[in-house]
Amino acid sequence: MTEQNINAQVQRNFARLAGEAAPPPPVPCAVGQPKMRIENFSASFDGTPVLRNIALDLCPRQRLAIIGPAASGKTTFLRSLNRLNDLNPAFNHTGRILLDGQDIYQSGQDVAQLRRRIGMVYAVPVPLPWSIYDNIAYGPRLAGIAAKADLDRLVESSLQSAFIWDEVKDRLGELATNLSGGQQQRVCIARVLALEPEVLLLDEPCSGLDPISTAKIEDALLALKEKYSIVLVTNNTKQAARASDRTAFFLMSDLIECGPTNQIFTNPTHQRTSEYITGHFG
Amino acid sequence: MRIPPFLTQRLAISCMWIITALTLGVLIFVVAYILYHGLPLLTWTFLSEAPRSMGREGGVLPMIVGTLWCTALAVLVAAPVGVATAIYLTEYTREGRLTNIIRFGADCLAGIPSIIFGLFGFVFFVITLGMGFSILAGSLTLAIMVLPTIIRTAEEAIRRVPQSYRDVSYGLGSTRWQMVTRVVLRSALPGICTGIVLSVGRCVSETAAVMLTAGAALGFPRSALESSRTLALHFYILSREGISMPLAFATASVLILAILIINLSAYWLMRRFVTKVV
Repeated sequence: MTEQNINAQVQRNFARLAGEAAPPPPVPCAVGQPKMRIENFSASFDGTPVLRNIALDLCPRQRLAIIGPAASGKTTFLRSLNRLNDLNPAFNHTGRILLDGQDIYQSGQDVAQLRRRIGMVYAVPVPLPWSIYDNIAYGPRLAGIAAKADLDRLVESSLQSAFIWDEVKDRLGELATNLSGGQQQRVCIARVLALEPEVLLLDEPCSGLDPISTAKIEDALLALKEKYSIVLVTNNTKQAARASDRTAFFLMSDLIECGPTNQIFTNPTHQRTSEYITGHFG
Repeated sequence: MRIPPFLTQRLAISCMWIITALTLGVLIFVVAYILYHGLPLLTWTFLSEAPRSMGREGGVLPMIVGTLWCTALAVLVAAPVGVATAIYLTEYTREGRLTNIIRFGADCLAGIPSIIFGLFGFVFFVITLGMGFSILAGSLTLAIMVLPTIIRTAEEAIRRVPQSYRDVSYGLGSTRWQMVTRVVLRSALPGICTGIVLSVGRCVSETAAVMLTAGAALGFPRSALESSRTLALHFYILSREGISMPLAFATASVLILAILIINLSAYWLMRRFVTKVV
């Protein structure tokens, strides 16, 4: 047992003594094995805890929404799922995150390969300052795909899946940075889809977008869940209600509860959840 | 009494105009003075012939070739080393004592007068390494001299690449090396090129450092191991030793035009190249 594990155990025991509710056990998937299983995961930056004992299952072909007020650990949680937090030297974690039963934090894990399997869309669309085509083809090229025909096929299919093909098919050579914000974000989604990932992480993908662009992205997510497991972090509780199958509510580094979206929004177990979704705080 | 804001605005703008005009005026005067004295003597024979009787007559072709040799070799050595150092400083280390020492060292190096580099090159390359007065020794000395410029400009250019580009690249499954070569360097290229062009200018116009290392041979250099005189040094010797002031001005004109051509073509290439990349 490492020192960190012991610390986590001690923290849990203190929490129990203090009469706090023990973290809820993960809700099992209705069908099949979970795509990802988060076991007792805690994270900290420079010793400041950001996530405490998160236990959660991500089911195949499901959209999981993560809601919660600012600074509740949503983004850190999302970035832990494809190890983007590793880039920050202050980051530390305990617990396990399993992808198809394999711990993604185990030593010897090819992190670049992992990030191709678990794609990430950021809050602010960041097209690289190249053509639309080169943006989409960047990921596949990194993975070693060089044949023009393969790249063409990937570019077209991923732009179609992101509901943007019709708008850009005649100008793939133009700068992606010249597109509108909503188009840029869908190009960024297409860029991740071109990796042919298994899990799709989205960090407030609609935070700066107009309602029509938002609707297009939500439509895309609905279509995409047929192929991927999706985790959607959002500050917009209405979006979580519209565009997810399950919802997890984070508050102050803790996972308060997780359940089917309609249950969370109609009949939440915890008072804080109900207060948050009805807009009493957050 | 308080000066009304619109008047301060007027005053400030006028001051800036005057200062700009003064700066440009001095520059134009210097260039025009040299070209006025030099251009009449700038003929095809001057550019295509070797000097005769110590430079009193004839042309400057060997000096043009020697300058090109020295500059090209120096930049070929300094640019990869400098850019690699900048990449190391920005992408591969955390800020700490080591990076501060490297940066401090580069800044100190940038502030050293070029004659000191010449002296170092003379002792180290010419004598200790036994290169003798040669283009090789001269260009290695120039390379050390321009290294700080290349490091600091490349570092600035790399730092200006948004962090979000790096995050995106990692998120799409790149290794650090792929991220650096395909995203960061591609975006930082214009800035890096600016540093290299500045260095080319310094190499072309350097006198003291090459005098002690590349020597001052008048002959046509046939290899990098031979001594050669650069244009700037030729100009210095012609005027300092009173050999021929008119031909000194002609040489200076060649030098000025050469730097102009180098800068213009570099910017032209950069624009073409950069628009192609984007």
